[in-house]
Order: sequence, then structure tokens, then C-alpha cells
Amino acid sequence: MDFTDTPAEASFRAGARAFLERHTERLDPGEAPPGPFIGEDPAAVRRSQGWQALKFDHGWACLTWPQEYGGRGLGPMEQVIWNQEELRFRTPVNIFSIGIGMLGPTLMKHGTGEQKRRHLAKMARGDEVWCQLFSEPGAGSDVAGLLTRATRDGADWVIDGQKTWNTGAHFCRWGVVIARTDPDVPKHQGLTCFIVDMRSAGIEVRPIRQMNGGSGVNDVFFDGVRVPDENRLGDVDGGWRVAITILMNERAAIGARGMAGFGPEDLVRLAREADGPRGKAIEDSAVRARIADFHVRTAGLRFTTYRTLTALSRGETPGPENAIHKLVGSPLRQRMAALGVELQGPAGAAMDAAYGAQSAWLAAPGMRLAGGTDEIMRNIIAERVLGLPAEPRVDKELPFSAMRRNRA
Amino acid sequence: MNFDFSEEQKLLRTTARDYLEDRAPLGLARSVLESEAAMSRELWAGAAEMGWLGAVIPEEWGGAGFGHGELALIAEELGRALAPIPFGTSATVADAILLAGTEEQKRRLLTGFATGDRIGTLALAERRGVVRPESVRATQGRDGTLSGTKIGAPDGAAANLALVLARDDAGALVLALAELDDGSRTAEESIDPSRPTARLSFDGTPAEPLGTGEQDAWTLLRRLLDRAAVVQSFEQLGTAQRAFDLTREQVLDRYAFGRPIGSFQAIKHRMADLYASLEIARSNCYYAAWALTNDDPGLPLAACTARVAATEACNEASAEMVQLFGGAGFTWELDCHLFYRRAQNLALALGPIGEWRDRLVDCLDTGSAPGAGLRTEPPAAAG
Repeated sequence: MDFTDTPAEASFRAGARAFLERHTERLDPGEAPPGPFIGEDPAAVRRSQGWQALKFDHGWACLTWPQEYGGRGLGPMEQVIWNQEELRFRTPVNIFSIGIGMLGPTLMKHGTGEQKRRHLAKMARGDEVWCQLFSEPGAGSDVAGLLTRATRDGADWVIDGQKTWNTGAHFCRWGVVIARTDPDVPKHQGLTCFIVDMRSAGIEVRPIRQMNGGSGVNDVFFDGVRVPDENRLGDVDGGWRVAITILMNERAAIGARGMAGFGPEDLVRLAREADGPRGKAIEDSAVRARIADFHVRTAGLRFTTYRTLTALSRGETPGPENAIHKLVGSPLRQRMAALGVELQGPAGAAMDAAYGAQSAWLAAPGMRLAGGTDEIMRNIIAERVLGLPAEPRVDKELPFSAMRRNRA
Repeated sequence: MNFDFSEEQKLLRTTARDYLEDRAPLGLARSVLESEAAMSRELWAGAAEMGWLGAVIPEEWGGAGFGHGELALIAEELGRALAPIPFGTSATVADAILLAGTEEQKRRLLTGFATGDRIGTLALAERRGVVRPESVRATQGRDGTLSGTKIGAPDGAAANLALVLARDDAGALVLALAELDDGSRTAEESIDPSRPTARLSFDGTPAEPLGTGEQDAWTLLRRLLDRAAVVQSFEQLGTAQRAFDLTREQVLDRYAFGRPIGSFQAIKHRMADLYASLEIARSNCYYAAWALTNDDPGLPLAACTARVAATEACNEASAEMVQLFGGAGFTWELDCHLFYRRAQNLALALGPIGEWRDRLVDCLDTGSAPGAGLRTEPPAAAG
């Protein structure tokens, strides 16, 4: 057991570091790397695009993509090493993970030759940013129950409906949308994917105000949006297969600081400072037991990442077992932040920037929902890791139009 | 990054698993549990032959000269088999002699551990609760003899040599080695009769100090227990994994309401949570094995973390096993209770989970190992 790079990995790391040293600066000790993009500042988008173009022009973008699409054909371990190194430097936020991470590989698999030629290089260089339009107000965990319609009209399709929880529609040039093209067959069989020009007439983007006051995501309304048939992605009524490819590429962000934010160390500092029922809170055995359990889970997830990196380093592909990061990590963050607020007593009712427990607590519920609820994650582990059978479904054979469902 | 055991170590694990599948089916644990025996003599002799009992004992004293990584993997496999032998406990006493014994003691005692003739136990507790310095009443007189009574000595019914925590005539804590016989050793009616504990009575019993006796006994004991906890966490991990695997088979095979019970979300979500618990424990155990093998300053925190994680995983997996087997799970005939009993036995042997949680926070709080375990990245990649 050791935590060092192989010689090849070390040489790749040195190259990455040299590029970063030349073009940007190291973060100061204690300085946080950029968080997720939540603003709408056009200048920030341009900075991100500039950094992506620079990386692309020097061969440090889309490392795992095949060379014919502008990548370097490297393995996931090189991508992880790059991510680790990039996080040590002051770089703009990454607004490309949905496009480059999920939609690009989907285009490679399901796109036409013309679609690949037209889009992949521009996507890889960051010249055009992409977003995804899947979830709907009436279709979350059961996304195949979506209501957005696409109807054939001559050489075009016409799309009507509402998508939600979209990231980046206001600055993205292209989106991949999934819509219902045949309501009279079972729900998975009547869906089709399209590449949509986000500047098309009839698209309206409205930011969602989240329960914590933040807003990084949008509702997107489609009102008679025309999409030429050449922008259809995959077969007519074959959209679910395309969607599966996209969801399979939605991997855990390996190598990123998955558990950054309010954590066990912050709780120890806080419990040392705050008064408890006897002495300081850190002397309260109930508090100690909770902190200990939080540390066990936090450390356990970190070392699970080491195991995943080991598999990657050997050229193995990590599978659905990575779902435990989200299943364990998201409720864990919520419970840690809640204890952070609780330990402050009545003073905890006020927002406090010193520890950041209150803002972490307000943001935490969203992390248990985004990218799959706790229950969906448990189903993924139970079915895909443990091989337990799926629940029988009442909607499998039934035409979508005859199915009981949410109102539009 | 290579956060995994070596190919040689994995081969050792495979060999151990094959051997135990052949020699130690669950029926072996049951046979000890249902008899008056304190252990399986046959399996103990086999473990000696395989070199497991002397795993970390250097070859010059009759051992195999492996490292603690190998010891941990053997423990995991023995845990998986619910092996009715005092492996981890006895290894801890051997480890004590290796760490703190005099050269003469190592020469005289260690070979016996490797051959299996010597079987060690820990004589620490004297009353209910956590063992603390102030709870020690047993004494070692000026002539070296011990007086006092110890309870709940892990694997004590099978042992013939005890590491005893006592006070000398000046009131200072000491660690002493005392031979046990039928006079001093009484098997307790254990919650897990496949690994019975014992009450040990000393009344002017001859004993020798561990080592020169110059080292602070409490500090040495904590260090020993941290090291023992890593090995025992692997044993717990093995037991938890086997309980989980058997439960998974059960929920796939058992039908109710016209479908396998494993298809109900109420069941599969519990299985997913158990799986997560097990993976958290496994990852923490691996890190602790690394810290132990490399004598990392972060060992105390890593040991506490592995111990808490493995205890939780093992307790949860064995308790859920009984429930998910339904009514049959509560019968004597099914093996669920063997796991339920063993999990609790292992959980108590080195001190209860609450004590380890408390020490874990001490490590975080006082920074007994600054930064260790709090690293956000692998140590070597940080440069």
C-alpha cells in the first residue's frame, strides 16, 4: 500500500503542473478552489470560456475524449490527476462538466456524422457551452414520465412544455432536450432526444429561487419551439437509450474535493468554543459521539475515493458502487451542519459567516435531491451493485396516455 | 496511488479463505458453541501449521515474519468463518511482548505463541464499565505475585497466559504476565460460547513484569489496544461481510406476496444502507492497516475510526440478519444467532464503542496526531 504515483502518472502530473504554473497562480494556503457556478455574470462565463480555450489549445482539455474529437484519448486516471492539480490553482469555475462530461460522449455514441463534426470541437474548446433539459415539474425521479411534447411538422419538430432544474440555460448555446413523441405506447418507448439551439424563438428561461435564497438553476419553457429533424439525436422514439447514456456518464466527481465545506474539523473548533450543558460543548458526551460518527463517515468516504483511484490507476472502470458517496455524503453534510447550528444555542438562529453552519444547513436539503434522491441512490445500490430485483411496475406495459400521472 | 493490499497479501488471503471454507464451516463455530469446549483445538493447530499464529513473530522466534497487513487479512478471513479460536486476542499478547518485552522474554515466550502452545488473554476489567486507571484494584506485590480478580477476559476460557493490568505497591499501574491454570481461570457463561470469556482470580499468583517495567503502563496499554483494534476491526469486517452476504442470498431466495422479498424497497433500502456501512468500514480499515504497517503518527485516530466503523457495521449487519431472516432467524437451528453473538463479543472485547468514539474525538481535539486523518488528499500526493 502506498499513496504515490506510478512513474507514468508522476510524469503526467509534472506536465500538468508545469502548464498550470506557466498560465495561472497557485491558490494561497487556505484559499478555496472555485465552487459551482451560481451567478449569471457574463464576464465570469467569458473567463471560463477563455481558460477552456487555453487548455484546449495546449492539449489539456477533454483528456479522455478520442483524438479525432479533439481529446487525447487518455484514461480516467489522467483526468483525475489533472483535476487534482487544477484544484490547487486559481482558475475560473468550470461550466463545461455537463457538456463535456455527459453530452459530448453521448453525441459520440448516438450523434450523426454531421452532428459530431458540427458540435464536438466547439464544445471541447468551450466556444459553445451546453446544457441538459430532462427534469420536469411532474417528472423527477420518474423522468420517463415527462410531458413535454415534440410533434412532427414537415421537416421540423415543434416542442412544447416545461423543463426544470436546468443548469446554465441563460449562457448556453445548445441544449439536449428529451420529449414525448408518441403518447400511445408505454412511457419509455415514446421518447425522443433533440439538440436545441438555445437562442430559438419560443424558449424562455426563468431562474428558480431556491429555499436557501440562491438561484443557480432555471425553469425553461418551450412554446412552439421549432427544431429541424437533422438536430434529432438518435432514433425517433429511441430517446430513452440516449438518456441512459447521458445518465451513465453522470459519474461521481472523482478526485474533486467531494467533502469540502462544513465538516468534523469545524465542529471540533466550534464545540471547543461554545458552552455546553457542563463546561464546553466538546465535553458533552452526546456531542462527542455525534462528531465521532461524522468523522467515521467523512474519513470512510475519503478512503473509499482512494480505493476508487486505485482501481482507476489499474485501468479498471469504477461502477455504480460510487453511489455511496452521494447516499452517505449528502445526509451527512446536513446532519453536520444541523449540529453546527445547534451547538451555537440561541445565537445559532442568526446567519454566521465565521463557521458557515447556517448557510451549509440551508443548502444541504438540495444535495439530497440533486442528481437522484436518497431513495433513488438506494435503489441504484440495491439493484445495480447488490443485484436485487426491481419493484414490479404498473406502468411498464401501459400506454403513456392511459397512465395515471401528474397534471401538467 | 495503490490503496490496496499487495498481490502476495491477496494470495495469502485467498489461501486462508480456501483453507477455512474447507476446515471451518459455520458448523464448527456451532459445535464449540454447543459444547463445553473453549475453542476448536483442531482449527487452532491448523492455524499454527498455516503460520497464522506466528504471522508477525520474526522467524528467529519461530514465526512467519509477515507484517501487520497480513495479520489483518488473516483476521478478516477468520471473522468471515466465525472461527472459534482466540486468534486476535492471543496475537495482541504476542504483540505486547514484541513491543515491550525484554529480549529474554521474547526468546522464551514468542515461539510458544507461534506454535499455538501459548494462548494469551487480556486481564483488564474488574467491574462494569469502561476500564480506566482508577478502576484498577488488582495488585502486584513486591515479590511479583498478583492478587485480585479480573472479569470478561476475552477468549479467557481458552487462554494460558494473561497480560494483567495491576498496581504495584507504590500504587503505579503495571502490566504483568501471569500463567493461568484451572485454579485461576473460570469460564464465564458467555453471550458467545463459541469464544467464551473468563473470570481470572489471582491470589498470590506468580507473575513477571512485561519488559523492564520502565515504560508508563497506561500509555503502553493504549498503544497496544490501538494496534489490536486495527486487527480486530478486520475480524469484525469479515464477520459483517459474511452476515451481509448470507442476508443478501436470503432476500433473493425468500418469496412473500408473490415476489422475492429483496424486491421490496423496504428491504432493499435497508440492504443499501448496510452496504454503505460496510464500505465505510472497509475503507477505514484499509487506512488503519496502512497506518499500523507504517507506524504512522496518525495511528491512534485511524485505529479509533476503523474500530468504530467496523463495530457499527458488524453490529448492524448481524442484527439486521436476524430480522431479515424473519421468524426462522430467531431459531436456534439457523446460524443468525452465531453472528449476533459474535458481533457483540467482538464489540466488547477491546472496550465498548462509546469508549472508542470518545477517544476518537480526543484525537481530533488534542491533535495527538496533527493533521493525520484530516488530510483531504493522499499524503504523498500533497507535495
